Amino acid sequence: MADILDLSALELRDAIAAGETSSVEATEAYLDEIESTDGRLGAFNEVYAERASERARSADSKRADGSAGELCGVPVAVKDVLCTPYGHTTCSSKILANFRAPYPATTVAKLEDAGAVILGKTNCDEFAMGSSTENSTRGPTRNPRDLDRVPGGSSGGSAAAVAACQCAAALGSDTGGSIRQPAAFCGIVGFKPTYGRVSRYGLVAYGSSLDAVGPMTRNVSDAALLTQVIAGKDPKDSTSLDEPVPDYLANIETPVESLRIGLPGEFFSDALDPEIAATIRKAADLYKKSLGAKIVDVSLPHSRIDRDGNGDLSSYAVACYYIVAMSEASSNLARYDGAHYGHRTPESGLDIVEMYSKTRAEGFGEEVKRRIMLGTYTLSAGYYDAYYNKAMKVRRLIKNDFDKAFEACDVLLCPVAPTTAFAIGEKSGDPLTMYLADIYTISVNLAGLPGIAIPAGLSKNALPIGMQLIGPLLSEEKLLRVARMFEKASACPS
Amino acid sequence: MAETIDAEKVRHIGKLARIELSDREVEMFSRQLGSILEYFDKLQELDTSGVQPMAHPTDIRNIFGDDVPHESLSTDEALANAPQRDGDFFKVPKVIGEGR
Repeated sequence: MADILDLSALELRDAIAAGETSSVEATEAYLDEIESTDGRLGAFNEVYAERASERARSADSKRADGSAGELCGVPVAVKDVLCTPYGHTTCSSKILANFRAPYPATTVAKLEDAGAVILGKTNCDEFAMGSSTENSTRGPTRNPRDLDRVPGGSSGGSAAAVAACQCAAALGSDTGGSIRQPAAFCGIVGFKPTYGRVSRYGLVAYGSSLDAVGPMTRNVSDAALLTQVIAGKDPKDSTSLDEPVPDYLANIETPVESLRIGLPGEFFSDALDPEIAATIRKAADLYKKSLGAKIVDVSLPHSRIDRDGNGDLSSYAVACYYIVAMSEASSNLARYDGAHYGHRTPESGLDIVEMYSKTRAEGFGEEVKRRIMLGTYTLSAGYYDAYYNKAMKVRRLIKNDFDKAFEACDVLLCPVAPTTAFAIGEKSGDPLTMYLADIYTISVNLAGLPGIAIPAGLSKNALPIGMQLIGPLLSEEKLLRVARMFEKASACPS
Repeated sequence: MAETIDAEKVRHIGKLARIELSDREVEMFSRQLGSILEYFDKLQELDTSGVQPMAHPTDIRNIFGDDVPHESLSTDEALANAPQRDGDFFKVPKVIGEGR
């Protein structure tokens, strides 16, 4: 058998089920790997070695009884924005540094019910606000492909952990690209399902109408496996969708017939690194020539990317997204008041408002403050119509563009991010430049669509280039198959 | 359409957001917030008359739960993370009283 760390989640699951290896063996191998590599990478905020070993033993005895679940002792990691009733749930923020969640996120509970072993919690941008995993009280996570570069964000810890074989798979969260962009930067698969396909219960809220939990994995089949486990209606999340969950793995190897792939012209402007543009076009060619797909040109006019008078990039979708996300964030993060849980200022003799204001000043990092401030402003009397209400209308226009595009095609093929992984520190001084790292992913969250990032190639300096496939609402089954078609065809030795 | 975001405005927003700002932050945010808001103003280029605002990506409606008691957190669990506790209560500075 190959090195246990090299097995995909599905292969490992099958190997454990067949008795070729055990969950204890796999869990120990992963814990050792984390121990020896995480000092360099900084992917984990917390590792639950003892508990993981115990869970692995229990998974092995369940297997012996024939009662192992779908994940049969496979070791996974979860982003530190998902609640676990053990350890801390910090969101990489000082304000939650000592927070112990009283209940698990539904996604975490479902993983464990399926037999997964939770190795630990991964680093992220504070409250998932960022695109580089640099906004973390724990310090930055490094990209395993190049330690001087960011892993992307905000789920950069999960992406790095999967890419560096510190876990078989991981969960991330995606509000504007936070699963897909780090997946692309680290050369793995990242899948954001349809809004509401997966429960948000126990996911610390950032932008509640945008947030989604999804898998970050070594390949498409693993993404299908994890989605299968975590998807479905949850009575504890009233926005979770009461729709049947198809078997995502059953037909994953079956190509989609008469496939029509749409290329949104707006996403191939000069904002895009030419090397990435060429890689995506090559992928389109592969679909066309080797897989019999029809390539159609489509248009997403309200997601278009322009240059302003100064040559800086601008996009309606970016403006719309950040207004919506920051408005929702300012409201969601009002709960951190130093009264019920989390940090409280040590200063005494304060009145209640001073206590709130000092607590929040001490507990939040700079980017979180910036977003709360902007969201407070865009929701404030006199500005609500000009910003939030306007953004909600533009959101409708963005969604309508997608509806129209999907009349002509089954899925869209486009870039994940305008560049490959950038250097640590390169964009951290300029918030607007950082926001533009999300130009190709945010529209998907605004429209609630499923989107998957999969590896498409390497740049000339050997950095991963990802491509994104986007489907209509609840088209996960087909989208995963389309992704698998490319993965299979591109891996074929030529 | 964006108004100027000066130091005074930044302090006001900080007050609304319940975040005490240092002088350094006031200076930084007065520089940054205006340019981000100016960026947001790009949306004013679009004609959205007659467009229904979209608050949510899926067509969800209000959901009513059955009015039956079920298990919830115990008092101790709910208070376990409290920064300050007084018996079965969260302890906070005086809320009602003189001033403000």
